[in-house]
Amino acid sequence: MKIKAQIGMVMNLDKCIGCHTCSVTCKNTWTNRSGTEYMYWNNVETKPGIGYPKQWEDQETYRGGWVLKDGQLELRSGGRASRLANIFHNPDQPTMDDYYEPWTYDYEKLTDSPEKKHQPVARSKSTVTGEYMDIEWGPNWEDDLAGAHETGTQDVNMEDIEESIRMEFEDVFMMYLPRICEHCLNPSCVSACPSGAMYKRDEDGIVLVDQEACRAWRFCVSSCPYKKVYFNWKTHKAEKCTLCFPRIEAGMPTICSETCVGRIRYLGILLYDADAVEAAASVADEQDLYESQLSIFLDPHDPEVIAQARHDGIPEDWLEAARRSPVYKMAVDWKIALPLHPEYRTLPMVWYVPPLSPIINRFEGKGSSAHPEDVFPAIDEMRIPIQYLANLLAAGDTKVIRRVLKKMAAMRSYMRTVHVGGQMEPEWLEKVGMDADRVEAMYRLLAIAKYEDRFVIPAAHKEECSDLMLEQGACGLDFAGGPGSCGVFG
Amino acid sequence: MNGWNQFLWIIYPYIVITIFITGHFYRLNHYPFSWTSKSSEFLEKRTLRWGSLLFHWGIIFVIVGHVAGLLVPISVYQGLGISDEAYHMMALSAGGIAGLSTLIGAFILMVRRFRVKRVRATSSVGDRVAIVLILIVLFTGLTATGTNAVGQTGFDYRTTINPWIRGILTFQPDASLMTAVPVAFKIHILAALSLFAVWPFTRLVHVFSFPLTYLRRRYVIYRQRRPSCERKSDKTVV
Repeated sequence: MKIKAQIGMVMNLDKCIGCHTCSVTCKNTWTNRSGTEYMYWNNVETKPGIGYPKQWEDQETYRGGWVLKDGQLELRSGGRASRLANIFHNPDQPTMDDYYEPWTYDYEKLTDSPEKKHQPVARSKSTVTGEYMDIEWGPNWEDDLAGAHETGTQDVNMEDIEESIRMEFEDVFMMYLPRICEHCLNPSCVSACPSGAMYKRDEDGIVLVDQEACRAWRFCVSSCPYKKVYFNWKTHKAEKCTLCFPRIEAGMPTICSETCVGRIRYLGILLYDADAVEAAASVADEQDLYESQLSIFLDPHDPEVIAQARHDGIPEDWLEAARRSPVYKMAVDWKIALPLHPEYRTLPMVWYVPPLSPIINRFEGKGSSAHPEDVFPAIDEMRIPIQYLANLLAAGDTKVIRRVLKKMAAMRSYMRTVHVGGQMEPEWLEKVGMDADRVEAMYRLLAIAKYEDRFVIPAAHKEECSDLMLEQGACGLDFAGGPGSCGVFG
Repeated sequence: MNGWNQFLWIIYPYIVITIFITGHFYRLNHYPFSWTSKSSEFLEKRTLRWGSLLFHWGIIFVIVGHVAGLLVPISVYQGLGISDEAYHMMALSAGGIAGLSTLIGAFILMVRRFRVKRVRATSSVGDRVAIVLILIVLFTGLTATGTNAVGQTGFDYRTTINPWIRGILTFQPDASLMTAVPVAFKIHILAALSLFAVWPFTRLVHVFSFPLTYLRRRYVIYRQRRPSCERKSDKTVV
């Protein structure tokens, strides 16, 4: 056993209001440079929809992630030699049109225009070519199901859902899906990078691109099944979500988490057995991947785990953080947070609490008191959202989604009896494998948790290994064109 | 004329070799961030497919052919019992196919670079110079070989250009070997030398980054943060 620590994130989709504050603050921090305008390291999609870039979940097209070949884990795009053979033209690579062509507006026209009969208009202009362009697609084109009558049915997760009832008005449902890099335990982008420029940080599992080693072979872009590695068309280097590592190292949450209006995001440490990763990603049945991923996480309260972790060089304050980790509680302990598309076999480390709202919304207005007696059967009846959520978060296994939603529904009902009154028999909690104490703890973390409880991030203690006096006045991340650039290279 | 010969076939090649080698090391050491293949597939991939595949696969065979014809001494072929006719048949047919596909590919790439809006807008001077020079080198090379084959001039580069290049590379240069070479070959050689002179300052540096080590590498790479250090707080832990 070799214990490593990994920083993970949980997003509670029930609380996401789709305000895009995370996307905006991320963009202002990281991707407001020329060449990166089209990138949203954090984006929020309305589901169902084809997303950003278009059809990113369609691995028949992009061939991202891993597959099992004769029991062995292999990249879906083929082995090492086949990748080198495709190096002159990567058939799986998305182009700018799959994201969108970035544009600005000809604002000067508004102020420079002479007096005319009609108001002057600021026309849209491509920031790549500088020419006028018609805008036909954008980073969030499907906001709140806009155009979903056309694109919604092309959503890959709509598979296994009967055609006739996919988009009937009375069955329409939607949810928001904020997405960042998953910082996977078994990253396919790192594995597909021929130059070895991509790596996983040993200390916290953050996946980064070495800008000086990247040679623009582009296989990270196509091999990431989440399409969360982007190609900077100006510097010709790959760029991606850094999990705001300069903030994380200082014990601060990522900027998307910090500014999240709905407070849906949680950050914490998980301890895992690095030697068990490959086996966990290689189980035969896709629907077993969720459980196999859970099986490699270690109980931070277990004395044996603590002893081994100390032996493997994990600092004491990190072990303490692992014990307080909200991610451990939600993903491993209560099992209410699920990995996005576990069938890609990358063992993603951003976890999602599935939304109960589509079901409750459907249910409301039918004269119910939201008692589990009424809600539980409704969860089962809601075939469309359940199957859809299962395709998104559980490789199609609806049992997993039912189990989580019932826990969430039971928690709501129980807390309703505590705060509003009424009766709820304890067996309803037992049925979902919970008890009153755990349900209350779950409620506190999901509903009213404070900053220190949502973000349990041990500092990297850089002050102990680098000469901070020397770094005074220097720019962070000051590679040419980088976000911290002092401007020497522009 | 002798002075010119000395310059073109001895001094100029050594200037180019010096620029080529020091230029690469200088760039790698001082501007590692700038070292990239500058792929533009993200901006346009349909035309690129034909241009890039024809060009790159073609150029690999062209390079192999040049090594076989220019660096391997004629005595090796004679020792192996390969007749001059058989050699030239092979060189012309295989080299012709490889050269033509490279030329077509490079032509597509050049048209793409100057005509496709997004690619044109993001092209640097170096990109334009590189593709134009490559086309000149390819065109002159094919012309030289073609006219030589058609004319049956009796000229064999294996007894002239071949020993000249090996002389340059072994620091025993002899400009007189180049006097009898047809002018088409001379233009081709000078164009190629010019290409090598600008090489380190263009995207062409990516040739030396072809990631062969990937074939034997483990998939997932872990890196420790630098500067790595033994933390003080760890030492206090029992």
